[in-house]
Amino acid sequence: MSKEKFDYFIKGEKGKYEVVIGLEVHAQVLSKSKLFSGSSTKFGADPNNQVSLIDSAFPGMLPVINEECVKQAVRTGLGLNAKINNYSVFDRKNYFYADLPQGYQISQYKNPIVGEGKVLLDMPYGSKEIGIERLHLEQDAGKSIHDMDPSNTYVDLNRSGIALMEIVSKPDLRSPDEVNAYIKKLRSIMRYLGTCDGNMQEGSLRADVNVSVRKEGDKNFGTRCEIKNVNSIKFMQMAIEYEAARQVELIENGKEIDQETRLFDTKKNETRSMRSKEDAHDYRYFPDPDLLPLKLEQKLIDDLKKSLPELPDKKKERFIKEYELNAYEANVLVSEKEISDYYEEVAKFSDKKLAATWMMGDLFAMLNDKGLDISKSPISAKHFAELIQSIKSGEISGRIAKEVFEIMVESGENPKKIIESKGMKQQSDPKELEKMINEILSKNNDKVDQYKAGKEKLFGFFVGQVMKLSGGKANPQLTNEILKKLLKG
Amino acid sequence: MSLDKEKIKHVAKLARISVDDAKVESLTKDLNSIFKFIEQLNELNTDKVEPLTSILNQSLRSRKDEISDGKIREKVLKNSPKENEEFFVVPKVVE
Repeated sequence: MSKEKFDYFIKGEKGKYEVVIGLEVHAQVLSKSKLFSGSSTKFGADPNNQVSLIDSAFPGMLPVINEECVKQAVRTGLGLNAKINNYSVFDRKNYFYADLPQGYQISQYKNPIVGEGKVLLDMPYGSKEIGIERLHLEQDAGKSIHDMDPSNTYVDLNRSGIALMEIVSKPDLRSPDEVNAYIKKLRSIMRYLGTCDGNMQEGSLRADVNVSVRKEGDKNFGTRCEIKNVNSIKFMQMAIEYEAARQVELIENGKEIDQETRLFDTKKNETRSMRSKEDAHDYRYFPDPDLLPLKLEQKLIDDLKKSLPELPDKKKERFIKEYELNAYEANVLVSEKEISDYYEEVAKFSDKKLAATWMMGDLFAMLNDKGLDISKSPISAKHFAELIQSIKSGEISGRIAKEVFEIMVESGENPKKIIESKGMKQQSDPKELEKMINEILSKNNDKVDQYKAGKEKLFGFFVGQVMKLSGGKANPQLTNEILKKLLKG
Repeated sequence: MSLDKEKIKHVAKLARISVDDAKVESLTKDLNSIFKFIEQLNELNTDKVEPLTSILNQSLRSRKDEISDGKIREKVLKNSPKENEEFFVVPKVVE
């Protein structure tokens, strides 16, 4: 890929503005039970059926921490190349809302479980490092449903108390594209680690987006606004574009930007102020008296580090070396663990370059078309490898391979069987081809004369005839060679 | 640290406690005297003392990741003033 130059600026009348973005990503921890109670975290249960007396904040209930959630946070921290803190503290973040029965959220304020780290992004203009400020563990709130009753709000506490990791980036992002790449990279790392399923439809990954603007070349940050709880990458990008343009307009008109919390209205495609949150920043954090500080043994951290799987950055390097892929191909093939597993299985039994090309072309197009994940692919890695080998060995042509591919999708049969039963084998015997071509040439004497007189475009006509007569099975390369030879004579 | 009436009203609002104006006066007086008493502790030099986060010399207790609770909707909703069998029902809160 050619190296482009970074070019995302908002053009005002008085110059170009750079957009500065920081994200607070809330990632739901993959665990069976909640952070401080034994209720299930399973998505889609009947309302209020996965709620304990702790989650609904009955008096006298005591939280007990889920050790797996702690490990998941440490694994994620290690995956973000971050410092793991042996000592961290749980605090109460106090605010009043209907879906927060405790009246406070248990979170980590001054002493988070994970400190500074970094994430690498591959952008068209080169690789870019995004700093991680911290990662801390906290409880999710319940869900308010506003559209079931005209005068009441319904509250479902199934989500209340589920463990979240809040991952705070440094203000290092500069465009909606970088935000897209950053979220996808975080998601990929966590899915490799098995610490978060990254399912944005189910709300397992959502973000608060901090946006400010400044004149190109300025060293100081502008006043920022925080856009709360955006749950898709597309909406994040739209919200950033709208918000940056709004701020530039304010500045150019000589107005001040209020530091405030805003929400993104997905119907009107605009951000607007959340006045109800005016007092919300007065959270009165203090250490939760129900919970002692969390002390992690170094041995636990070291053991978790040793048990980490190979992560996308490392795997990409290996794919480039081991399978001779280019950076772009490697990037695509390591983006999801399941994709990389499938590719490695295919490459084990077939040509590694051809396998990459066919996977990223026909296979991905088909999966995309059917809306399937690779884990649900109608073609198994083993069958796919056989197909690639049939192309590589010259048994079938690329064109016929596409037909075989279609039949494989429909029937789930193995390609060898399809090729044999339908007689799709490529004709690669030079003697037989020569015989066939001679036959065609003698039937088209007039065209042969025209060709020899200089009408070279007719070459395509002869190839077409060969393909027609052979039912598309003639080896194209060999056909070209023999045709050239015979037409010369 | 001293509290004025505005601060008292603000904290009351954050805590969702209704405090009438007459009460604000006496609360300001009471709370200030409490703070004054606590602030005597600042006279001590604690430069070389580690903060005491707990009087128990124990580490945080943890549990295994197992589902051991839930499925008690009836119990959970029992004390809610308004309910519809499945949900807590509260006055409309919309942004």
